[in-house]
Amino acid sequence: MAFPTRYSKLNVNSPQYWLMLGLLAILIFTGLAASHHMEVEGHHVTGMTNQIVWGLPHVFAIFLIVAASGALNIASISSVFGKSDYKPLARLSAILSIALLIGGLAILLLDLGRPDRLIIAMTTFNFKSIFAWNIILYSGFVLIVAAYLWLMIERRMHAYSRSAGTVALTWRLILTTGTGSIFGFLIARESYDSALLAPMFIVMSFSFGLAVFILILITSFKLDDRVLDDSHLQRLRKLLGIFILSVFYFVVLFHLTRLYGSQYHDIEYFFLVDGGIYTTLFWLVQIGIGTLVPLFLVYHPAFNASRLSLALACCLVIIGAFAQLYVIIIGGQAYPLNIFPGFEASSSFFDGVVGEYSPSIWEIILGLGGFSVSVLITFLAIRVLPIIPEILPAKPDSETES
Amino acid sequence: MRDSEKQPETKNPLESRRNFLRGSAAMATMFVAPGVMLYRTSIAKSDDAGADGSVRWGMLIDTNELTEADVDACVSACQREHGWRDTGHPETDAQWIRKVKLRDRESGHQKFLPMMCQHCENPPCVDVCPTGASFKRADGIVLVNKHTCIGCRYCMMACPYKARSFIHENLHDQLPVAPRGKGTVESCTLCVHRIDRDGISAVPACAEAVNSASRKPILFGDLNNPKSDISKRLAELGGMKLRADLGLNPGIRYQGL
Repeated sequence: MAFPTRYSKLNVNSPQYWLMLGLLAILIFTGLAASHHMEVEGHHVTGMTNQIVWGLPHVFAIFLIVAASGALNIASISSVFGKSDYKPLARLSAILSIALLIGGLAILLLDLGRPDRLIIAMTTFNFKSIFAWNIILYSGFVLIVAAYLWLMIERRMHAYSRSAGTVALTWRLILTTGTGSIFGFLIARESYDSALLAPMFIVMSFSFGLAVFILILITSFKLDDRVLDDSHLQRLRKLLGIFILSVFYFVVLFHLTRLYGSQYHDIEYFFLVDGGIYTTLFWLVQIGIGTLVPLFLVYHPAFNASRLSLALACCLVIIGAFAQLYVIIIGGQAYPLNIFPGFEASSSFFDGVVGEYSPSIWEIILGLGGFSVSVLITFLAIRVLPIIPEILPAKPDSETES
Repeated sequence: MRDSEKQPETKNPLESRRNFLRGSAAMATMFVAPGVMLYRTSIAKSDDAGADGSVRWGMLIDTNELTEADVDACVSACQREHGWRDTGHPETDAQWIRKVKLRDRESGHQKFLPMMCQHCENPPCVDVCPTGASFKRADGIVLVNKHTCIGCRYCMMACPYKARSFIHENLHDQLPVAPRGKGTVESCTLCVHRIDRDGISAVPACAEAVNSASRKPILFGDLNNPKSDISKRLAELGGMKLRADLGLNPGIRYQGL
């Protein structure tokens, strides 16, 4: 016998809930204040320079934008690929993806040298620029997923939700291709300049987005003590394992390709052996803490049944994701441009020197503010919209979706 | 007296009409002509007419001729011309032109050269700019429109020559020929204000600072005109494009590398 899933608004009025929202609001406010300070004083108050032109705000922003695309996975799996097991989680998946994208875009916007010129960015397009395309892709994503969410919530419109899901899936694959191509299209920098970055960003989105999704899922069910059976988490655990392995595969492939040709030996030596903070972040945080430990937590039988181990694995994946993006974005700029092959170059503009960067407090606050925007939108949305299933019990094997 | 009294009576009506027409024509000419003149002047000075598409401005820098002091002179001249300066924050200060010291890894031989925007024929900064603020004029000069630059710095990520600077601090005492703005990106303009003012006889400030009657280590001119000094010297001695492998075809060429 099958029961249709019933959704309801989060019924929570605990001091903890409001305290959490209050904290998020404070973080958002301080993020805005940090951005205002950067605009008034100029970017010299940040750690960013003419050598490292994109810094920690971009790491935060790109994490959120990439995760936004991946967070939609659960909805896509249920609507497009017809896996009914995931259907009860599809609404949360959609709202989370919108929230993450808005948080990421807020950071990108507030870090601009001239955020007051948003209207120019929204109306004057150079269509040869992947950045201009991304402005359209990001705005379109929010609209499409919002429509998709509405079709899922509105009972009379359920029939159309599959088509909308297909559009959303296609759109977000293009979107993440666009995000990866921001770097992949930079032919001048040896550290980027690879078509592999686009598919790698797509796989990264699967992993980062799912890690955030699982944490939000566990938290939101816990907030008003809803029943979330372990079987649902087990399914997500397996999926997370596959995604972590997929990212690992792409990272290995990316570096092996470069190690093969001697023209990239110097830059590979920098990242893998002698790059200081970037080498440490790569091996210790991205590969160790962000890949191997979560894989162990996901696949070792001793932790299989533990919800805590899954949550921990998700946290580690997110930490590893930040390390990975830090190495790609900031490490990629720190490695000096090779303008004069065969010569040692030096100048007052730091030619031939590894760029130095230490993030300022303003950038950290701005990044956390954007992150808080995403979390706040999610926790407000599930309180005012019927997003979360009232109960997610264990499902008998014979049962089929209504 | 009598004559004068009679005159109005004897005046031919045709003649008075002629006088009237003549007067009207003179009045019309007096009022309309300056308008026409102003209109013509305004057309001549419009932005569109500023850049001549048949010209491609370029520069040939002979690194064998340039001493370290010469390159320093180039940098100082550019600073004076455009009003950018060293404020003691090398990581964030703008540098439109810089002195690069090159040391041959094998022989240890050293040389100095000025490095600035290479004014590419296919500029990556123009390709990646989301708003089109980075643009190339018809005469090949690559500039930033200070009114539409949003300060995203993607052009700085894309430039293979590290030629652009982001303005990190509030600015004071700007010069009229080089408007700048905090939160936007800037780079060498090839002294576009001189080119628009002096035309074919223009010389950028850096070249002016090192050239003399007896020597011209930096030649500036029209790469499209085979009779120009720069084209003739390029035809005779050749010139190197930095990162030629990228296919950007920069307008700045170097000799002696």
